[in-house]
Amino acid sequence: MPSPNLKILTVDDFSTMRRIIRSILRQLGYTNVVEAEDGASALALLRQDKFDFVISDWNMPNMSGLELLKAMRADDRLKDIPVLLVTAEALKENVVEAIKAGVNGYIVKPFTAETLKEKIDAIFAS
Amino acid sequence: MHTDFIHPFVQAAVNVLRTMASVAVQAGTPSAKPHAAMGQGDISAVVGLTGPVNGSLAISFSEKAICQIVSHMFGEPVTAINDEVRDAVGELCNMISGDARRLLAEQGYPLQAAIPTVIEGRGHRIRHVVAGPSVVVPFTLDGETAFCLEVCWDSEST
Repeated sequence: MPSPNLKILTVDDFSTMRRIIRSILRQLGYTNVVEAEDGASALALLRQDKFDFVISDWNMPNMSGLELLKAMRADDRLKDIPVLLVTAEALKENVVEAIKAGVNGYIVKPFTAETLKEKIDAIFAS
Repeated sequence: MHTDFIHPFVQAAVNVLRTMASVAVQAGTPSAKPHAAMGQGDISAVVGLTGPVNGSLAISFSEKAICQIVSHMFGEPVTAINDEVRDAVGELCNMISGDARRLLAEQGYPLQAAIPTVIEGRGHRIRHVVAGPSVVVPFTLDGETAFCLEVCWDSEST
């Protein structure tokens, strides 16, 4: 299991989903969680501070989760931070595009706490 | 009209509410309408769908039902519609649309969705993205009508 001290950035334009993810992370023992409401504000936070893990929604205004992932992988300081993308759909083309862009995992809404735990454990086990 | 298109949305609504809010809702009998004609709840979300067919999905909740659902989602009591409930209605619509579109894509209908719009207030009207026939499905929670889901397709898609 990853360290409970992981500093995690959760990115979603809906506060509901940020709240649900934060609540699940707390249940799983992760309390060092920061929120951002879109990819652009997430990228600004990532460039200001040090994070260990990013959980980002896919479909957001300003900058999507995929655009955020691509920007991170193109930035030497951010390229190694694991990213879990959260999507409302699992279209094959989207998944292939995210894998090509270097995503570490993806999770399809709706999901349970157990599914999120499995995804996080798999990312940090590899 | 593609009346079969309603089933993925019904399945998605049941699945999303069971998974994200741990509530078991029961779908009632779908009814086809010549025009969008959904009964009005206290708060609704509508989202446009585009692809091989164009249409929209609307979901309209009673205040009691959405407060019950959001209380389950957040693990703390919510007693009235507030900003968090408004956001949750949009996100529930988003998730139901996404889950239904996953099922529709498997049937050969890959659809894209816009970002949901939330409307509230007693007597509010829902403006669908297209004007065409619709199918409405009521859902109950603990034996009471909790919300209605309506899918509307433009006539050229039929």
